[in-house]
Amino acid sequence: MKDPLRNFLDKIKPSFQGKGGLSYYFPIFDVIENLFYSSDKKTKGLTHIRDGSDIQRIMVVVWLATFPTMFAGMYNLGYQSLNAIEQLTLANATFEKDWHWPLITFFTSLNPNSFMDCLVYGAIYFIPIYIVVFAVGIGCELIFALVRRHEISEGAFVTTVLFALSCPPNAPLWQCALGIAVGLVIGKEIFGGTGKNFLNPALTGRAFLYFAYPASWSGDMSWVAVDGFTAATILGTAAQDGYQSLAYTWNNAFLGFIPGSIGETSTLAILVGLAILLYTKVASWRIVLGIAIGTIFTSYLFNFVGSETNPMFSMPFWWHMVIGGYAFGLVFMATEPVSGSHTNTGRWIYGFIIGVMVILIRVLNPAFPEGMMLAILFGNLLAPLIDHFVVQNNIKKRLALQNA
Amino acid sequence: MIENYLNIFINAIFIENLALSVFLGMCTFIAISKKIEAAIGLGIAVIVVLAITVPINNLIYNYILRDGALAWAGLSDVDLSFVGLISYIGVIAACVQILEMFLDKYVPVLYNALGIFLPLITVNCAILGASLFMVEKDLYFGESVAYGLGAGVGWALAITILAGIREKLKYSDMPEGLQGLGSTFIIVGLMSFGFMSFGGIIL
Repeated sequence: MKDPLRNFLDKIKPSFQGKGGLSYYFPIFDVIENLFYSSDKKTKGLTHIRDGSDIQRIMVVVWLATFPTMFAGMYNLGYQSLNAIEQLTLANATFEKDWHWPLITFFTSLNPNSFMDCLVYGAIYFIPIYIVVFAVGIGCELIFALVRRHEISEGAFVTTVLFALSCPPNAPLWQCALGIAVGLVIGKEIFGGTGKNFLNPALTGRAFLYFAYPASWSGDMSWVAVDGFTAATILGTAAQDGYQSLAYTWNNAFLGFIPGSIGETSTLAILVGLAILLYTKVASWRIVLGIAIGTIFTSYLFNFVGSETNPMFSMPFWWHMVIGGYAFGLVFMATEPVSGSHTNTGRWIYGFIIGVMVILIRVLNPAFPEGMMLAILFGNLLAPLIDHFVVQNNIKKRLALQNA
Repeated sequence: MIENYLNIFINAIFIENLALSVFLGMCTFIAISKKIEAAIGLGIAVIVVLAITVPINNLIYNYILRDGALAWAGLSDVDLSFVGLISYIGVIAACVQILEMFLDKYVPVLYNALGIFLPLITVNCAILGASLFMVEKDLYFGESVAYGLGAGVGWALAITILAGIREKLKYSDMPEGLQGLGSTFIIVGLMSFGFMSFGGIIL
């Protein structure tokens, strides 16, 4: 017995295939069919062992793994913003009210202690960003799929959600759209689509925006979704005055009650995502561990060296790990299987390099208080080279064994 | 003292990378980056040539060409810096010639691997550019050694990374117009994103 949807799809399928009138639009049909049903492609021939774990399943797992941090982020965004509004109202200060405001007053009672109010406030800011990013991202993917005759890859779903989560809440929507378009087209599609990108597409777009529009992507105005309210990121404050003078405790930072990009604030929620990714073996535990070791090593080194003028030298690694984009980048960006190293030994090295680089940039580079994004991009650049040398080394070892 | 040298060295590798931040030496950078082995060979050649020519040019500049440099010969008001460009090129050409003969005789493997590219280094703008930067930065002899070496290592690192990426993308299905050079330019642009992380580091 077939259900009505299957019947409908089967009925219209022929017109999308072969000489059918709509065959140009087959990728659209394909992605819709794949959304509801598993693929009916079968291997013909004698030997075939197929794993059920295909790109679609992997991407859906990553997508689901972002949900905890997505909701924690929305809640925190509302919590930060409503507290800011309360402060401003108490001080009788006015703040600009843009098109979000009617929605906010309609759905919430502006009470920072109410869980639902905070979540809804966050959603009012996050969902438009996500919709724009999703529409533009999938649009780019669709155009390339149609013109270049390849399938629409579910990779774009993951790229869009990761990109949206890494946006600051106050980011202008047109910039978000531009960023995801750069990320998907320049970072991925022109190299041949999913599986051929050498940089993480979401990070490429994010880095492009970071350098092109620094005011709205790293300024003090972007992190709390109330226009005109300034709040420096925790990393910016720590770089200025040292982590001891932060207004937040380590627990705040770990649970996610700090200003920051939407998806990066709650380390706890990201760890839930990490558990999912590690359990399903989508993320490589070698990369995760490599980054952690690199971070711990380098931050101890800086703690040991010490500095009179730069307070970042004395920041311990457990603080580094909970603030800024560290956890988000580690779990969702660095472990991306395509742009990372492909060999197991290479993954250790790749992770270690990222871990070292992130602390180097954070501590030594006053231009960029946030180091994770650039560290991962740098790691992505080195990954093919690392793989090459690991493979060459293995060849040499085996030759030596053979000749021995 | 040693900190100063280290600072110049690291600065030249990462922050003022000849290939990725001032975009010099692009012709060889893009032409010889298809295979990692060839890229490493060329990178080593560039390191050697830069480490030799920059200090030699530094001596020539400081003791012959610059304003008042000929004071030791009793000609304290002579300024020969207008022939700087041509003397640097002459020095580079001579050095590369000698290096080529040396490699031909003693390291034929590398000589064969480099082939036509070693003579081509003579006219590589990265090599001349490093000498001109050296003059502009007004380095003294010891610093120019560190700078030449650092600039060479930075360029070699960049071309090796590029070759790694291009080998990885060898079989990828790119749009027709972008295959080959087009995509390589975009890759180089994206690589300088990654190297932006160093810009602004104060050592």
